Amino acid sequence: MITFIPRDKVSKNWIIIAPILSIFFTIFFGLLIFTFLGYNPLETLYQIFVSPFSRIDRISDILVKACPLIIIGTGLMLCFKSNVWNIGAEGQFIMGALLAGFIALSFPNIETKFFLLITILAGFVGGALWAFIPAILKTKLNVNEILVSLMLVYVAMLFIDFIVRGPLRDPMSFGFPLSKPYPEGALINKIPFPGIGFLGQLHYGILFVFLLVPVSWIFVNKTLGGFKINVLGSAPQAAKFAGFKRNSITITVLLLSGGLAGVAGVIEVSANIGQLQPEVSFDYGFTAIIVAFLGRLSPVGILFAGIIIATVKLGADNAQMTMGIPKVVTGLFEGILLFFLLTGETLQKYKIKWSEGKK
Amino acid sequence: MIKFSMRIFSLIAISISVLFFGISSAFAENPTKVGFVYLTTPGDHGWTYAHELGKKMVEKRFGKDVKVSVVENVPEGPDATRVIRELAKQGNEIIFTTSFGYMEPTLKVAKEFPNVKFEHITGYKRSKNVATGNIRFYEGRYIQGVVAGLMTKTNKIGYIGAYPIAEVIMGINAFAQGLKSVNKDASISVIWANTWYDPVKEADAAKVHIAEGADVLAQHTDSPAMLQIAEKNGAMGFGQSTDMSAFAPKAQLFASINNWGPYYIKKIEELRNGKWNTGDSPNHWPGNVWGGIKSDMLVISKFQNMPANVAQKAQEALDGIKTGKINIFAGPLIDNTGKEIIPAGKALDDGALWGMNYYLQGVNGKVPG
Repeated sequence: MITFIPRDKVSKNWIIIAPILSIFFTIFFGLLIFTFLGYNPLETLYQIFVSPFSRIDRISDILVKACPLIIIGTGLMLCFKSNVWNIGAEGQFIMGALLAGFIALSFPNIETKFFLLITILAGFVGGALWAFIPAILKTKLNVNEILVSLMLVYVAMLFIDFIVRGPLRDPMSFGFPLSKPYPEGALINKIPFPGIGFLGQLHYGILFVFLLVPVSWIFVNKTLGGFKINVLGSAPQAAKFAGFKRNSITITVLLLSGGLAGVAGVIEVSANIGQLQPEVSFDYGFTAIIVAFLGRLSPVGILFAGIIIATVKLGADNAQMTMGIPKVVTGLFEGILLFFLLTGETLQKYKIKWSEGKK
Repeated sequence: MIKFSMRIFSLIAISISVLFFGISSAFAENPTKVGFVYLTTPGDHGWTYAHELGKKMVEKRFGKDVKVSVVENVPEGPDATRVIRELAKQGNEIIFTTSFGYMEPTLKVAKEFPNVKFEHITGYKRSKNVATGNIRFYEGRYIQGVVAGLMTKTNKIGYIGAYPIAEVIMGINAFAQGLKSVNKDASISVIWANTWYDPVKEADAAKVHIAEGADVLAQHTDSPAMLQIAEKNGAMGFGQSTDMSAFAPKAQLFASINNWGPYYIKKIEELRNGKWNTGDSPNHWPGNVWGGIKSDMLVISKFQNMPANVAQKAQEALDGIKTGKINIFAGPLIDNTGKEIIPAGKALDDGALWGMNYYLQGVNGKVPG
């Protein structure tokens, strides 16, 4: 049996050393694996970690990829901080995108970008409604929110599949499952840079991230609401004595995280896809769970965690393109990276105690 | 202590960056750079594997004159846009995007790189530097129908469809035409897997077909799972996209093989000679190249596990398609509700094939949606 015992005090030095050691071990094992498989290990590491930063448009690609991860991760942070385990952000992302898409496609000629306010709001409502189901079941019937939110992901996937094959299918698509293209007013444009033009896919949706990070930081650290969430998560008994209403907090964080996932869905589809298709999310909702924890459940941490995860994902593609390294290998490396980063963080806070297992 | 750890950190950072920038890149003379984007991995033994074989033919044919880059497991969305753009940025001169869902991403990137040539597989939208290529998969399915009609004892054929889109429906209908030509009593039941590739779902569908009495199975999904189930249960079936006899040595009757290699080689050759083009009529479905058995883009593997007279009938059907003697969708065509689609003496054109949303006689049920 292994038991984790909380340390009395987290050493300041280890806060800095642990991540460095984690990265050191990751690189060490990475070198080992790549050498063993016959790839130039240093070039592989270069492709994964450095090449995504090697051109300005590649950096903008990182931001584009990190954008939904950070938005969803920030919402999940609120849940996880208060010990509410929303695993279904993927489904909330889809439902947000779908409701917004439905509204966008209902106004085929709209051109004004103010329309985006409506579709983003619709995305928030769509995602929040989907998260409301586990919220209400949890608070009224004490049904486990992990199971409900997770299973609703698959319902959402099948639902959007049905919608783009049936009611919203573009009659001009030769039977392929695609909706009509969004009207101009529902599209998020790429950002033009004077003298350079566009940088990859970098779009205005990224502004939402720059808004969200400080706002969520203030909410978590400077408001009563954030305080309640923190107390509920770290000291449930204290929260009870203080008279914080557990149920209303649970519902609030689920609605907020579902809503944010929905907004991420709208931004992703409006900026990068431009129409509804059977797949609109590519595991963003699940990856964001890792992002939230890697970011230590803090808004700024999540910003960086989102960027790290996005970097490694893009780096993996680059390694494939230039060196022919299959995705399974770079996926393995990603796993090693996360393993050591999370281990490092856990060991900062906990001691390990080995004991005889009792049966 | 903090100072100490900062020192370690900067040491590590410096040594790593020195290592990285020490890497020099050596380049060969001037090969044509070719990019491929795959939906899954060649390990699917179906769709992507067939493209992988095509890529290998390219490498074999051109040797050092080409440099091929492949990206696999690219989802059909913003990632595709980024990967295709990156391939273009890296100097690839021609990029093959090998799945329908890459259509918009390919067009988007093509607009930004007017000097790069793009080949989108199975799409219908083209532009100045985007060509499209597709295979007449349904021709192989007609022959499958002929063989199935002669081999079945229960007169029940089980068909596993991916999605109810025109591409798949025309395959079912072609199968039905082949079936009808040799056996008027047999009929086809379709199970929709709602996936292109999911061995578990495909196996489940195969089990259901067999439990309902089907003894010959056909599929429009990508994995060898159906054939493996057939092999275990004494049923027969057909390989999809690649020769799957290794997975079902006793059950595979033959396989319709997607032979992309010659198409790739032709297009790369055109590019190297400065003759690459997208075909003449930009709005004509489904693009300039829709090759089948005649042009060798669809290859029929060896007929096996069947009596000689069946193999001979199959060969006749194959020859008939090759010479043009057999027109699979020649009238009179009647759908399975009794409505006439086209009278005798006429035949469906390519456009009509892509509008198919009905089953012909011989297929049970109706098209979903």
